[in-house]
Amino acid sequence: MQITSLFRFVPFICTAILSTLFLPAMAQQLVPAQSEIIFVSKQMGVPVEGHFQKFSAKIAFNPNKLDQANLAFTVDMSSATLGVKETDAELPKADWFNTAKFAQATFQSTTVKSLGAGKYEVAGKLTIKGTAQAVTVPVTLTQSGVNTTATGAFTLKRLAFKIGDNEWSDTSMVADEVQVKFKFALTGMAKL
Amino acid sequence: MSSETALPIARYTLPAIAMHWLLALALFGMFGMGLYMVDLPISPLRLKLYNWHKWAGTTVLTLSLLRLFWRLSHRPPALPDSLLQSMPSWQRLAHHVTHHALYALFFIVPLVGWAYSSAAGFPIVLFGVLPLPDFVSADKALAELIKPWHEISAFAMMGLVLLHVSAALKHQWINKHPLLQRILPGTK
Repeated sequence: MQITSLFRFVPFICTAILSTLFLPAMAQQLVPAQSEIIFVSKQMGVPVEGHFQKFSAKIAFNPNKLDQANLAFTVDMSSATLGVKETDAELPKADWFNTAKFAQATFQSTTVKSLGAGKYEVAGKLTIKGTAQAVTVPVTLTQSGVNTTATGAFTLKRLAFKIGDNEWSDTSMVADEVQVKFKFALTGMAKL
Repeated sequence: MSSETALPIARYTLPAIAMHWLLALALFGMFGMGLYMVDLPISPLRLKLYNWHKWAGTTVLTLSLLRLFWRLSHRPPALPDSLLQSMPSWQRLAHHVTHHALYALFFIVPLVGWAYSSAAGFPIVLFGVLPLPDFVSADKALAELIKPWHEISAFAMMGLVLLHVSAALKHQWINKHPLLQRILPGTK
């Protein structure tokens, strides 16, 4: 075998070494098709459910090394839908999500605390419409084979992010509290 | 002019009179409100009117149920003899059909509205506090199917209301039968 032909494998070898090195920290992948982010607002007492169709995540999570956990989510705000054509046309407007100016919402974790039995408390910074707020989100992990499912829910106050501004800021019409529910299907996580 | 007999004119009972006029007012109000609100752009006003319309519709439905029970347990006064004798049989038939159809529509119109609201995924929460059950499930295709029928049935009802009113006024004013006294409040 010629030495030169061995060189052809160098990039592959490097990739293999690098991925082995970073695998424990960077291996989690989000499966978008099996994941969901739902939001429920109340309009004059009527619960109205919507969801985001496009979002992505960078997840480094090892249940045994929580201090190194790093969870980052990006949500495409123009992918929000209530399932009604007329209201979907309103959501991107300046009073609501203002997607022309703020295309994405992000979540960046700061600390992850284990509460035991697959339950965690994730604290981090939620940025929507250019406004950042500290949030603490309870997350439950369940595993089945190589698949991990993370579920949780938290409540945010829409007015803190100026969602539904001006004529829509009246909370007797649209409540301030919006419930966010999520399910993330993940692969590549170490056993809990 | 045969109302010169000494016999007093048989009148509807007071609750029947009250519900007749209250619901008449409500139906005209709801009809106008419905026509107005559907053309509004999405706004707090539109959202408000839609919810008020649903709350009022639920109230109308409840009152109509009470009214039906009252109607079934309290026979209305017979039409004045002079009128009965002068009415051709097709008019008597039309009189009965109109009343039965109106009563049916008092229920059909709000129930179809309720069904549409549920199918469209916006359940009714009465006065913003009491969630009403969905008797049809949230289903966009079903919602599209139901949608025109709330309007069609409301127009049918208002058409019959106009027929009812014009027939009553015709018999009262043109044929001079003492008809309205039976349903007008405060007349002897």
